[in-house]
Amino acid sequence: MSAILPPAERLWWKQPIAGQEWAWIGIAFVWAMIMFIMMVYWHINGKQNLSNEVYKTTTEMFQAKTDAFVKENTIRTETDQQIPVVKPNAKGEAFLLARLWSWYPILELEAGKTYKIHLSSVDYNHGFSLQPTNINIQVIPGYEHVVKMTPTKAGTYAIVCNEYCGIGHHTMLGRIYVK
Amino acid sequence: MATTYRTCPRTGLQFDLKAEKLMRWNAVAGVLWLLVGGITALLVILTRWPAIKLLPADQFYLILTAHGIDMLILWIIFFEMAVLYFASSTLLRCRLATPNLAWVQFWLMVVGGIMTNVAIFQGGSSVMFTSYVPMQAAPHFYLGIILFAVGALIGCGVFFGTLVVAKRDKTYTGSIPLVTFGAMTAAIIAVFTIASGAAILIPTFLWSVGLIKEIDAQLYRMVWWALGHSSQQINVSAHVAIWYLVAAVAFGAKPLSEKVSRFAFLLYILFLQLASAHHLLSDPGMSAEWKVLNTSYFMYFAVLASMIHGFTVPGAIEAAQRKKGFTNGLFEWLRKAPWGNPVFSGMFISLVGFGFIGGISGVVLGTEQINMLMHNTFYVPGHFHATVVVGTTLAFMSITYLLVPTLFKREMLFPKLCQIQPYLYGLSMTVLSLVMMGAGTLGVSRRHWDMAFSGAPFQYEWPGAAYLMMGLTGIFGVIAVIGGGLWIGLVVLSLLFGKKLDGGATSDKPTPIPDQSAAAAASGTGSQEHTNVPGTVVLAITLLTCFVLYYFVNWKYLSEVWGLS
Repeated sequence: MSAILPPAERLWWKQPIAGQEWAWIGIAFVWAMIMFIMMVYWHINGKQNLSNEVYKTTTEMFQAKTDAFVKENTIRTETDQQIPVVKPNAKGEAFLLARLWSWYPILELEAGKTYKIHLSSVDYNHGFSLQPTNINIQVIPGYEHVVKMTPTKAGTYAIVCNEYCGIGHHTMLGRIYVK
Repeated sequence: MATTYRTCPRTGLQFDLKAEKLMRWNAVAGVLWLLVGGITALLVILTRWPAIKLLPADQFYLILTAHGIDMLILWIIFFEMAVLYFASSTLLRCRLATPNLAWVQFWLMVVGGIMTNVAIFQGGSSVMFTSYVPMQAAPHFYLGIILFAVGALIGCGVFFGTLVVAKRDKTYTGSIPLVTFGAMTAAIIAVFTIASGAAILIPTFLWSVGLIKEIDAQLYRMVWWALGHSSQQINVSAHVAIWYLVAAVAFGAKPLSEKVSRFAFLLYILFLQLASAHHLLSDPGMSAEWKVLNTSYFMYFAVLASMIHGFTVPGAIEAAQRKKGFTNGLFEWLRKAPWGNPVFSGMFISLVGFGFIGGISGVVLGTEQINMLMHNTFYVPGHFHATVVVGTTLAFMSITYLLVPTLFKREMLFPKLCQIQPYLYGLSMTVLSLVMMGAGTLGVSRRHWDMAFSGAPFQYEWPGAAYLMMGLTGIFGVIAVIGGGLWIGLVVLSLLFGKKLDGGATSDKPTPIPDQSAAAAASGTGSQEHTNVPGTVVLAITLLTCFVLYYFVNWKYLSEVWGLS
């Protein structure tokens, strides 16, 4: 007569299910379907979907592409470390490289314009965490992720690394300017 | 294989003495790991509390790695081994299959657990619980987990073997009890989990000793999470089984419908394995289609299963209470429940906390696009402290108040403190989960030593509310550690100094469970037995309302961030 004993009714699978239980199962099922459809709906009508454009790469190849991008488009350097501030060209392509322990380079974007930002890591896993707007994307070595981003508001944004990457993890702070 | 059986005079449960010894040793090993995990928890909390920031960065990451491994793997799986042996040999009143092999399980897990901890505390393996490649730990870090997993696999085998023994020896008639069915669900998921673990940790071990050149970082994440998340699904199945067990023991509650509850467990087996996907929602390597299908545990069928259990467990309690005459209003059955009994109060806080906090946050976090708001933030540990700690650990703690007298034959000391402990621990852990999620919503990272980013080339100032949330995390974290420490203290002291209780009569032969179908057939038909459970309906609708509101609030948040495509 209880959950720690064999079912009292030998043919328990033939017992009817009470109306209240059926009702709850029905409601829960409908809710599950709504949640499922919501994700599909957002792919059609939502404005925040993670890009599917990804290429296999190597750390050397991605480093070289980023270096070329920085060389062509740097507008100034900042801080004692002379970190280049780079403004993407008219096509809006930009490279952002994660490494121990920095985001390279600093990007300068314009609000309302759409950019193709190529994200990858040249060593461990890193986490692209854009603050304070709070967008979080995993960055994995060997994978070049091309994320289309459209900044909404001007300001100075920080890129926090939110995937643990060793002892200097907390110093890994990058920057994006939006004009 | 001769063994002796005793029947506990207080509960009527029958123990195979060989199995009983294994249950005790596994449970005690679990508690000792919980102690290590609890000490590391305190150190983690005191470091993440911005006003205190106790440890330097290297020690913090070391301790955090130990905390994850010792809690999520060692404490919980040791205890689950005890649960598996209990749910098979005790509930089915038969001998445990191959007790010697079960000792191999125990010692492999002990050796593996110690080996991994040695690796961590030597300092070269601060790679976190997840140990994402290409960050590398010492070879014995991986080897220890592999040995531990082999042990756990043997334990599952002993469990399945015991089901066969019970069937062959005809110690029960009809189908296995629902609680045993739930434990079987856990064991089946465990086999899948451990197979996935082998598939990733063995190559990783070979890589760490130089025999394999490279492991793809994305592939690692996908296969590792089939271990990492699925192992938490073992916990869900195990603690849901314990909820049913407590409802049965404390109230004599009968499942509302065997068919519905068992079907819900079956849904776990069919769909929980897909869970690894929802750790990869913000990863580059998988397509959106893959993510949508898998993250939803195939269209949310596993979530449906949890929502069913969330209804049928309190529903079974309500039905049992109403039959006893607590029929006034919607909630007399709940008001008149034994709130002073820690077995019940712990279980009920576990149920409500898991459902309202852990369950809702988990589904929201696991929604493909919304995940980008929370991935790798402090929201994630906030969520899983509501599921694994409030859900699983608290359920295990509450059942221990029953196991100490019946399995260890000792009376619990300090009954007043025992009464308080589930509230102290359960409620502080619930608030802790909430404030952690609050900090995560504001963007604060998990696994991060310094919110002030000292040494970074720039500055970023978190909002004041984030500091407030982290301060509250510190306060409620410390209270939770006290609540957990209190439980360890009460259990250990009771085991050592509690009044010895009568073990009950022993015999060389098991007494089979009497066939109840004859009595049941005489007592009336099934359909007339249904009791309406209006209070549970109200609770369930409340849960759904919170769920729907919170779900859509997050879509609203998402619609306000930068455009992404």
